[in-house]
Amino acid sequence: MSRAARRRAALNLTLALIGLLGAVLALGLGDYPLTPAQVVEALVGSDSGFARTVVVEWRAPRVMVALAFGAALATSGALFQSLTRNPLGSPDVIGLSTGSYTGALVAMAWAGSGRLATTSGAIVGGLATAVLVYVLAHRDGVQGFRLIVVGIGVTAMLHAFNLFLLARLREETAMTAAIWGAGSIGLIGWDRALPALAVLAALTPLTVAAAPALRQLELGDDAAGGHGLRVEPARLAILALGAALTAVVTASAGPIAFIALAAPQIAQRLTRSPGTPLLASALLGGLGLLAADLAAQFVLPMAVPTGAVTVVLGGAYLVDLMIREARSDKTAR
Amino acid sequence: MSSSLSVSAPRRLSRRLAALTAVLVLLAGTVLASLAVGARAIDPAEVWRALTGGPASPEAIATVVGLRLPRTVAGLLVGLCLGLAGAVIQGLTRNPLADPGILGVNAGAAFFVAIAVGVFHIMSPAAYVWFAFAGALAATGAVFLIGSWGSMGSSPARLVLAGMAFGAVLAGVTSIIRLSNRQAFNAMVAWEIGSLSNTTWPVVAGVAPLALVGCLAAAIVARPLGALALGDDLAQALGSRLAVTRLVGVLAITLTAGAATALAGPIGFVGLMAPHVARWLIGPDQPWIMALTAGLAPTVVLAADIAGRVLTPPGELPAATLTAFVGAPVLIGLARRRQARGL
Repeated sequence: MSRAARRRAALNLTLALIGLLGAVLALGLGDYPLTPAQVVEALVGSDSGFARTVVVEWRAPRVMVALAFGAALATSGALFQSLTRNPLGSPDVIGLSTGSYTGALVAMAWAGSGRLATTSGAIVGGLATAVLVYVLAHRDGVQGFRLIVVGIGVTAMLHAFNLFLLARLREETAMTAAIWGAGSIGLIGWDRALPALAVLAALTPLTVAAAPALRQLELGDDAAGGHGLRVEPARLAILALGAALTAVVTASAGPIAFIALAAPQIAQRLTRSPGTPLLASALLGGLGLLAADLAAQFVLPMAVPTGAVTVVLGGAYLVDLMIREARSDKTAR
Repeated sequence: MSSSLSVSAPRRLSRRLAALTAVLVLLAGTVLASLAVGARAIDPAEVWRALTGGPASPEAIATVVGLRLPRTVAGLLVGLCLGLAGAVIQGLTRNPLADPGILGVNAGAAFFVAIAVGVFHIMSPAAYVWFAFAGALAATGAVFLIGSWGSMGSSPARLVLAGMAFGAVLAGVTSIIRLSNRQAFNAMVAWEIGSLSNTTWPVVAGVAPLALVGCLAAAIVARPLGALALGDDLAQALGSRLAVTRLVGVLAITLTAGAATALAGPIGFVGLMAPHVARWLIGPDQPWIMALTAGLAPTVVLAADIAGRVLTPPGELPAATLTAFVGAPVLIGLARRRQARGL
């Protein structure tokens, strides 16, 4: 095993362990505090006391959703960034989350704020935006940089439209819409979590299957073509996969910003790998969303949407990483 | 200039003068339209009498002088500032896609407005305009500070990433403030939408001096920026003082972008679009691009504002919605047209 591979394996193992410990800790926190030992007892034990209800019925969905949604968003970000070879190529920058928000807002404005309407509006909005961006960026294939610029343009139009809609909605609806628009996983119970988790579970083997093609595309279109890869279909399939991951998460939780942008960037810097590491990104994404959700619940004095916290934490960490990177460049000179 | 260019120089100059004249005529027409068009239909002759102090109905005077005139002046200022800010940012970072919004100026302004409304309970636009200004100033300064560390200054991609990361942090805190405070939420929705409809004389008069200083700074760096486009080494060899150019350039960006955002809220795409259209019309020559931008950008802002007044009666569409819907297709077209690289 090479040194780089060992480093990556050690990092992945560490991240997974921290995630596990964090999950146990999160399951114990709340108005009815439990020690980690009690949590494990409630999870694996056979008794059906109150502790089990609290852990399994109340807290487990939120923790599961945080880990899985964070991982899905980060994976989606890693797929997009790797294809575009640019950190700005993540789904939240090129408009998929904004498109989902547009879909949800349109649904709230004309079909009422029922959950089914909002969810389907968000899925349709996100996927339609993905198709629109792909078609507009398509010209003899899709080049990464063009995809980003087109995405930024489409995002700006959708954002302006969203603000316009938000100002037209009745005050109560607008506040609800804005809270949804900031992204929150607090209100998700098993009934809503299970369908989304099932879809994400189904998308996981596809992501694993797509990884080799992704590595080849990272070498450049010509090299990938030379290895016998059909470049454009492979790219389309990977984009579709990334769009689906983001759409599922956004439809259930609202747009949770910045995990998709920050997690792959942080993973790349931690593993010091030239490409975008998929597994490390996913683990970091899950961990990041769990941490953000815990901060939203227990650190801040008022109830705050998880998405607002992910933006602040992820953004601050990325700024910090960039400053340190720039400093070490300076001393290296 | 070198002799190989001198053959076409007179023709190029006349072409540039023609373009500039056309843009200025267009701008004058837009200004007149902005004074004459609105929800309340007023006869153009009556508008003229109201402006020149002739015998006009008090209603017409109130509408034209009290509402449309400050709005038009604000539109002119906002457009001028946004266009020049975009041209200077694009020249300074050598990044064709740089825009005040991308560098976190809007996020900084919004953050300070949220603090003004949510923490200090300042509800009047005339008062929180200064918070918007300070926020834009602070965010631009911080992004350039982060961007100037180590090797980051030489990489436009990193500067943009720094701007987006920093802007995202501020946007996150802003959304926490506005979602935990209903008053702040309502005020923010009105400000964030990016509109000229609430401009009053005191706000315009307060911001105008700073805006004009910013425009002056932009005019001063126009020529050095042209040299900068050739690369650091060549610019230095040509006698450009890089540090001074950068400093004055950043000053110009903070003042102009801050003033525009303070006056109208976040209006995107004008700063991105106008310099590109100018370059497309007259070719790559920074001082000329900036002169043309100074005419084009206010035209776009005023046209967006006028269109917003008449498109959806009885309500209004904010200018920022229209600039986004006009500007984004331009951006997409640019990206499709040529092999754009960088960022």
